[in-house]
Amino acid sequence: MKTKKNKDYAGVLSSVFAILIGLVVGLVVLILCNPSQALPGFLTILTGALTHGMRGVGQVFYYATPIILTGLSVGFAFKTGVFNIGTPGQFIMGAFGAVYAGIMWEQLGPVHWAAALLVSILMGALWGLVPGILKAYFNVNVVISCIMMNYIGMYLVNWIVRSYKPLFNTLRNESKNVAATAVIPKMGLDKVFPGSSVNGGILIAIAVVLFIYVLLNKTAFGYELKAVGYNGDAGKYAGINEKRNVVAAMMIAGAIAGLAGGLLYLAGTGKHIEIKDVLASEGFTGISVALLGLSHPIGVLFAGLFIAYLTAGGFYLQLFEFSTEIIDIIVAVIIYFSAFALIVKSFLGKIREHKAGGEGGSKA
Amino acid sequence: MNVIYFIFQQTMLFTIPLMIVALGGMFSERSGIVNIALEGIMIMGAFTGILFLNLTGGSMSGQLQLFIAIAIAMVTGTVFSLTHAYAAINMKADQTISGTALNMFAPAFAIFVARVIQGVQQIQFANTFRIESVPVLGRIPFLGPLLFQNTYITTYLGILILILSAVVLYKTRFGLRLRACGEHPHAADAAGINVYRMQYAGVAVSGALAGLGGLVFVVPTSTNFNADVAGYGFLAIAVLIFGQWKPWKIFGASLFFGLMKTIAAAYSGIPFLASLGIPSYLYKMVPYIATMVVLMFTSKNSQAPRASGVPYDKGQR
Repeated sequence: MKTKKNKDYAGVLSSVFAILIGLVVGLVVLILCNPSQALPGFLTILTGALTHGMRGVGQVFYYATPIILTGLSVGFAFKTGVFNIGTPGQFIMGAFGAVYAGIMWEQLGPVHWAAALLVSILMGALWGLVPGILKAYFNVNVVISCIMMNYIGMYLVNWIVRSYKPLFNTLRNESKNVAATAVIPKMGLDKVFPGSSVNGGILIAIAVVLFIYVLLNKTAFGYELKAVGYNGDAGKYAGINEKRNVVAAMMIAGAIAGLAGGLLYLAGTGKHIEIKDVLASEGFTGISVALLGLSHPIGVLFAGLFIAYLTAGGFYLQLFEFSTEIIDIIVAVIIYFSAFALIVKSFLGKIREHKAGGEGGSKA
Repeated sequence: MNVIYFIFQQTMLFTIPLMIVALGGMFSERSGIVNIALEGIMIMGAFTGILFLNLTGGSMSGQLQLFIAIAIAMVTGTVFSLTHAYAAINMKADQTISGTALNMFAPAFAIFVARVIQGVQQIQFANTFRIESVPVLGRIPFLGPLLFQNTYITTYLGILILILSAVVLYKTRFGLRLRACGEHPHAADAAGINVYRMQYAGVAVSGALAGLGGLVFVVPTSTNFNADVAGYGFLAIAVLIFGQWKPWKIFGASLFFGLMKTIAAAYSGIPFLASLGIPSYLYKMVPYIATMVVLMFTSKNSQAPRASGVPYDKGQR
């Protein structure tokens, strides 16, 4: 138990160390391109999200909602030993499912939005299921089938939205507005964060995070999933059905990413499915969120909020004529250095050994 | 007949960059390092190469300018890939994590720097590199128009790289050692091979080729660069696995992809396909669906390098 605590501690510490380096690199880049504006610009990154008080905080929650879930999707899959790089596809399929139900099923009334979210979960799960089955029964590399599914999903969604009249807004080359009943309720958050785009989606996202946490850590099913993730052969030897596990893990991961799409496109903030051949960036951001959050559900929650916080601050950077890409640079550097966790851990280990050695010496 | 020439010439424009990048990935994976950063490295290579074309656009043109741009792209790719090598080899980092970091860094960096230098993120360049017809060879019946007309020097460079890759991997001491490191690094180490150095070499080659591939992809298909290579780095990983980590099979896999991409992009100009009336989106999806179907039947006996993705630790048994 104690060693596990120490391990978690080292993990968090290495993330903090990575974040510090990332911020320093960001500052250096700003200084290199415009010394006089660098410091105010940097402060904007750190505090810009809070410029408008509670409205700003609400925006952070709004930006964080989808990336917490795509991050959770990737992180959950990591825990079970698969790299789910298919979040862009699962995300857009989920978004499509939600938009389709949101436009077509107006007669559902008050449960409309919940039904639409359910469709987004199912679509995402379907898109995760395929790589899972291909891995389990045909040994197809998950990374490659996920990449293929990303493109198939993107083209399929564009194709259907474009060619199905009730969905397509010809003038703007994007999907139509969803019905008012399909917009996720504010759940009281508009009172706490007046004027911001935040809605009940963030609460749903947090609930899913907690659900996955319990699933992974408190249930036999979650234990089996993780056991296969740590060591497939050992899991098999212990009598765990490896094939079923891969399929289930990918299906759940897909469902989470699909829900992320549903939550964003039903947020009632004017988000539409645009017809362009670009993979959903929220999906790839999920990989960063998962890595920064050490694939732990609670870690992912905070990592998502952190990246959303920086992104929100980045919007104000244009005041200083810096482009917002500096945020991506900072996050990339943070992720790069968070990969060095092992070094931080062994460094901590050495300090501990040194201490233990010192105490031993004084006793003798 | 013209349609066949057209399809073939177009196919090459898609095939060659994909193959070059996948071959790069092959060198890295064969040495035991998974390089998921190919996309990011392509962007960096294309970025510096195109930036050079943009800056020297007034004073230079033609093949010499292209060659210098190629050299710049390769050096950029190599240097950038070394950050991945350092994380993966020296720091024993998770190779997926550092690769993802590179993928995220590259487009952000390219846009940021382009904005600082010239105000907008798109970098324009003048394409003066198309070869109408290669002297003498272009006049050979059938083969002339097929292989030596309306082409780019980078196509031949790609073929050269393919042959060189096959020779280096299978016929040289370096290739044998590289493969040994990817299969069983401890055995390689015991035989006196410096595993770390071989892995650095593998990643560096992948960086050079991916950087080159980025430039080769952008030059014939566009007149500006927008910090994007359309997911070709990820497709190259798919081609690499599809091609079972073997040079000639990688060539075959990228040819397949290139042909499918050509059909998707230009089917309306091909009378037979245009008359079928199949929606263009289906053609766009076919390469990806076909890859998955093929993999379903070929993946049972995967030939992946055994130690690929596992950080090499000398002290481990």
